[in-house]
Amino acid sequence: MVRYILQRLLLIPVLLVLFSIMVFALVQAPPGDYLTTYIATLSASGSSMDQAQVDALEKQFGLDQPVHVQYWRWMQSLARGELGLSLEYQRPNSELIGERLGLTIALALAAFVFTWVVAIPIGIYSATHRNSILDYLITVINYTGVAIPNFMLALILMWLAYAYFDVSITGLFSREFEQAPWSFAKFIDLLKHIWLPMIVIGVAGTARLTRVMRANLIDELNKPYMVSGRARGLSEWQLVMKYPVRLAINPLASTIGWYLPELFSGSLIVATVMNLQNIGPLLLRSLTNQDMYLAGSILLIYCALAIVGTLISDILLAWVDPRIRMEKS
Amino acid sequence: MDSREEPNELPILENPDHPDLAEVDGVVPVPPTLPVESASATEELLVANQEEERISIASNWTLVWWRFRKNKLAVLSGLILIFLVIIVLVPEFFATMDPEDTDARLAFIPIQSVHWIDEGRLKPWVPGVVGKRDPVTLKMIWTVDESEKVYIKLFAEGYSYKILGLIDSNLHLIGAADPEQAGKVFLLGTDRLGRDQWSRLAYATRISMTIGMISVGVSIVLGLILGGISGYFGGWPDMVIQRLIELLQSLPTIPIWLALTAALPRTWSPEKVFFAITIILALRGWTTLAREVRGRFLSLREEDFVLAAELAGCSQARIILVHMIPTFTSHIIATSTLAIPVMIVTETSLSFLGLGLRPPAISWGVMLQEAQNIQTLALAPWLLLPGVVVIVAVLVFNLVGDGLRDAADPYSN
Repeated sequence: MVRYILQRLLLIPVLLVLFSIMVFALVQAPPGDYLTTYIATLSASGSSMDQAQVDALEKQFGLDQPVHVQYWRWMQSLARGELGLSLEYQRPNSELIGERLGLTIALALAAFVFTWVVAIPIGIYSATHRNSILDYLITVINYTGVAIPNFMLALILMWLAYAYFDVSITGLFSREFEQAPWSFAKFIDLLKHIWLPMIVIGVAGTARLTRVMRANLIDELNKPYMVSGRARGLSEWQLVMKYPVRLAINPLASTIGWYLPELFSGSLIVATVMNLQNIGPLLLRSLTNQDMYLAGSILLIYCALAIVGTLISDILLAWVDPRIRMEKS
Repeated sequence: MDSREEPNELPILENPDHPDLAEVDGVVPVPPTLPVESASATEELLVANQEEERISIASNWTLVWWRFRKNKLAVLSGLILIFLVIIVLVPEFFATMDPEDTDARLAFIPIQSVHWIDEGRLKPWVPGVVGKRDPVTLKMIWTVDESEKVYIKLFAEGYSYKILGLIDSNLHLIGAADPEQAGKVFLLGTDRLGRDQWSRLAYATRISMTIGMISVGVSIVLGLILGGISGYFGGWPDMVIQRLIELLQSLPTIPIWLALTAALPRTWSPEKVFFAITIILALRGWTTLAREVRGRFLSLREEDFVLAAELAGCSQARIILVHMIPTFTSHIIATSTLAIPVMIVTETSLSFLGLGLRPPAISWGVMLQEAQNIQTLALAPWLLLPGVVVIVAVLVFNLVGDGLRDAADPYSN
């Protein structure tokens, strides 16, 4: 087990280096750079910049250097634990990202917990009350839940709240807490706001998990040990909860592998629609403004989150299922 | 589900005296003079025989079809899907007016309600609308003018277009009965620029559905080739391809897609952007399919019929194309059908954020861009309708895909 985890941990830096090359190539790819975009914006608003200024800025950001030198400089700063300077905000990227990264992770984890807490009981109910009216209803909701793009759900909820209750349900904080330092009151305020985006992001996953849980459990319910349990006089509740449910949950651990990374990156679009201050909208803005070091850093963070998500799931899977553990060692 | 139950529903069994079948079965037709009881017993036997026979002589595809059509929901979804594909082929026929026709004076007209009866007869019409500016907010307020009746009919004449770019036509599914009033029918309202939503939806269906289907098509080709190489030859190519798949699958999809589409030059024409996006979507889409194909090849490689083909001197290309691939074509179709909605949602999301297709291209995502602003949405909730179409499209693709997946293995129980 330890050896298996170590092997996986050793692979992470290799993956990250590969991803960093890919990411840098991506943010470098659009024609022009931040300065050309910036100059275009300036001239659109009627002002301009003289050549000497442009040259000075180019030198400062290293934009006059060849691509591999730029990449190397970025890597060096990454190795020092810095993420470079945002061209647009003129602030260190680590500062910009840092304050939003926590919210990104918190939101994803909240949606994750929501999914499991909701999906497992519903899945159990659906499987044990197969073909009942409620089961059909759940199936219909599941199919719709998978089919509805989460930004669409966000839009509909925002519209309903605005049009019929006259409340705006965007953002993660009330106005007075937005710029405030962290405090207990701010945390409570966050809890008051986070539940809606949490549901919006978690709905599709919940629907899928419910279906998997239902299918797994139905397979187990038909097994002979159920008959023998009944014959020994176990109550139905005890019988279902003690054996088949445990067996049906095990395979679900493997879904964490794709689900956690999906939650991290999936919140991006919802965050943009609902104006949540996580790293999603920041990435979108940096991409359109060609703020390449900022965009590159955020992309790399998404990659790292994806890798960690997969790793957690693999370790969990090996932990809950001895067969996998034996195979790997 | 047991496929043996199936033949009960077969129409051909209703006349067991069908000469061809009797011949195939080798069963002598029952003489009508036999006592009643014994006749029914023999008939039962006959029917049972024919059931067995029908299953054993049916082709793989027939079995898949028998199983698929048992799933009523999947069949219904299939019909809706066919309807959507027809819209993809001739959106012009379904549109009531040119989707690019802008008239700022006609902005934000609400959905017109269709009235079916006029003067006691079935004669559908939509009420005319009268716009008035609110003197304070300067907001346009549309009021329904029931006195002005715009009659509509099926197969009306309207603007001219070319069917599939070939045949000239000016026929439309729905339109104003009087061509003079063609500009007064807005079945699903208008958007910010006074463009007719109904017509734009028809055109958007074409683009969004094609993006999904083409990118899955590219994924299939890539997945078959790379998955096939990986599974059939094994060794170092397998090693390289598997690592590549793992690498691509561990990428966070949405951020990378965003970065890729943001990298497309702004100066590109809509057609170029369209193809670039299909390629971008396919870049990761092939990995799932390649994994499945590889698994199939790995297990099939050991099968007797492959060995037999090898011994009979078949070339490798022939073994792969003629003997191996047909055994899992139905699985590929099922997996691909389930992959299309993912592509559609991704394209819609990207275009919605302004990074995918851009106007003048019309897709569901581009249309939804108009609905980004909550204030606008409160004023004109019908702008969300393209989203409803997205949901329906994704739903039917998923249901058909699920039905196909269950039907794909006709010999399993």
